[in-house]
Amino acid sequence: MTHTWQPTASLSNIRARADLLHSVRQFFAARNVLEVETPLLSNGTVTDIHLAAFSTRFEHASDGKTKTLYLQTSPEYAMKRLLCAQVGACYQIGKAFRHEAEGRWHNPEFTMLEWYRPGFNHHQLMDEMDELLQLVLATGSAERKSYQQVFLDQLQLDPLTATTASLQQVLTAHDIDVHGDMALDKDTLLQLLFSYLIEPAIGQQVPCFIYGFPASQAALAKLSQHDERVADRFEVYFKGVELANGFNELSDSDEQRRRFNNDVAQRKQLDLPEVEHDERFLQALESGLPQCAGVALGIDRLLMLKVNASHIEQVISFPLSRA
Amino acid sequence: MANYSTNEFKGGLKIMLDGEPCNILENEYVKPGKGQAFNRVRIRKLISGKVLEKTFRSGETVEGADVLDTELAYLYTDGEFYHFMNNETFEQIAADEKAVGDNVKWLKENDVCTITLWNGSPITVTPPNFVELEITETDPGLKGDTAGTGGKPATLSTGAVVRVPLFVQTGEVIKVDTRSGEYVSRAQK
Repeated sequence: MTHTWQPTASLSNIRARADLLHSVRQFFAARNVLEVETPLLSNGTVTDIHLAAFSTRFEHASDGKTKTLYLQTSPEYAMKRLLCAQVGACYQIGKAFRHEAEGRWHNPEFTMLEWYRPGFNHHQLMDEMDELLQLVLATGSAERKSYQQVFLDQLQLDPLTATTASLQQVLTAHDIDVHGDMALDKDTLLQLLFSYLIEPAIGQQVPCFIYGFPASQAALAKLSQHDERVADRFEVYFKGVELANGFNELSDSDEQRRRFNNDVAQRKQLDLPEVEHDERFLQALESGLPQCAGVALGIDRLLMLKVNASHIEQVISFPLSRA
Repeated sequence: MANYSTNEFKGGLKIMLDGEPCNILENEYVKPGKGQAFNRVRIRKLISGKVLEKTFRSGETVEGADVLDTELAYLYTDGEFYHFMNNETFEQIAADEKAVGDNVKWLKENDVCTITLWNGSPITVTPPNFVELEITETDPGLKGDTAGTGGKPATLSTGAVVRVPLFVQTGEVIKVDTRSGEYVSRAQK
C-alpha cells in the first residue's frame, strides 16, 4: 500500500534543495544583487498564447464586485515594475504556476529563480549564469551557439530562411508524425525539430546556451541590432532539459503594447480564454525601464540535474498529485 | 466508447488510431517555456503488433478502443477456427488464424491463454509465458553431453521447432519460454 501522505522526494533531496537555495542566495549576496518578493496573486496576467494561468475569484473587493485574480506564471512584470522604480539589480526565488499537464519535467506549481541585471546585455547575463551553473552543478564552462548555427550544425538547415514546406519535410524524414490534419505553422515546426532532434544532441557534457531565437518567438526580448530577423533571447539546455530562458529586455512600451495586442488578437482567433493584460506593467515601461537583461531558471529542474533525478516528483516534497 | 484527452494518456490505455485499436506504452509531455505543448506517445498497434511514435497536440482528444483482455483455455481447432473456453462460465469463443498468428505453435489443449477482444472479437492470442510440450522428433544425441553447447533442433507435438541440449530425447516433455522460443528445462514430472 502506498502512503500518499508521505513526500515523494527523499529526505536527502529535500536537504539538497535547501543547500541549493542557500548557494544561490550566497551567489547573489556576493554580487550585491537584492532579493525581492512580488505577488503570486495578481490582477493582470500574461497574454502569451502558449501560457495558461490559474485564475480564482476574489469576493471581498472594496467596490463590492467579484474580481478575477490570477496566479502568476512568472514574476517578470512585477519585477520589471521594480526595475522601473530604480530598485537596481534584483533576484527572486518564488513559486510560479502554469495551468498545464504534469509530466516528467513539469509540475503545475514550481519554483523559479528570476534575476535582472541593469546595464547588462544578454551575453553578459549568460556569463553570469554560466558562473552560477558551474558553482551549483560543479560542471565545466558552458558552450554558446546561435539558434541559426545549431540548426545548420545538426540539421543542415537555416531556420531563418527555411520554408514551412521544407521544415515539414525534415520532420517527416525523421519519422516525427503529428496526429491530425491541421497544418503546423513555422514556429511550431521549428519548435518540434528543436525539441526532438536538437535538444537531445546539445549540452550533454556541459550546459549549452542557445541565443538569437527567431523574432517571431521573441516574447519580451529586444530584437537584435545586427539582424532584425532574430531576438536577443537565449535559452539554456543541459542533458536534454530546458533549464532557463533569458532576454535582453524589451523596454519600448509601444512595441510591448503592440505585442500584447497581437497576442490578444491571436487568442481570439484560436478560441483561447480572453485575458486582461497588465496595464500597470505597460505604464511602468512608459515611465522608463533601465536597459537590462533578465533570466528565469527552473529551480526544480536544476535540482533534478544536481541530484540526478529522473522525475520532478523526486525533488518536490508534495507534487500536485499529493498536494 | 469514451473519448480520452492527452492528459489521461498513460501506459495501458487503449485508443483508436487510424481505425486500429492501439495500446499506449509511454506518454511524455513536451512543453517548451515559450511554445506549444505536445505529447510524445509510444503506441503499439494491437492488430499488426507494430510499435510507433506519434505526437499529439496537448489537450487533443481521441476515441477510446473497446479492448479487453480475457483468460481462456484452449480447446481445439476445427482447421479454420481455434476454440477457447472460459473455465468459469464455460462460454466459448472462436479466434481465426489471423488472431492466433505464429502463436499457433504454442497452443496446447487446456492451457490458459490471454485473448484480447476488440468489440467482442478476438484480435490476438497470447500463450502462457511457459508451456510444456512433448518432443516428437529429434536426432539421438551423444550421451554424456550436459554442457548444452550448440544443441540440436527438436520438433514438438505442436509443430514448433526449438533448439534443445543433446541429452534430451524424443518422447520427453520439455518446458519452453514462448516469448523467446527457447528451451528452459525438462518438464517436472
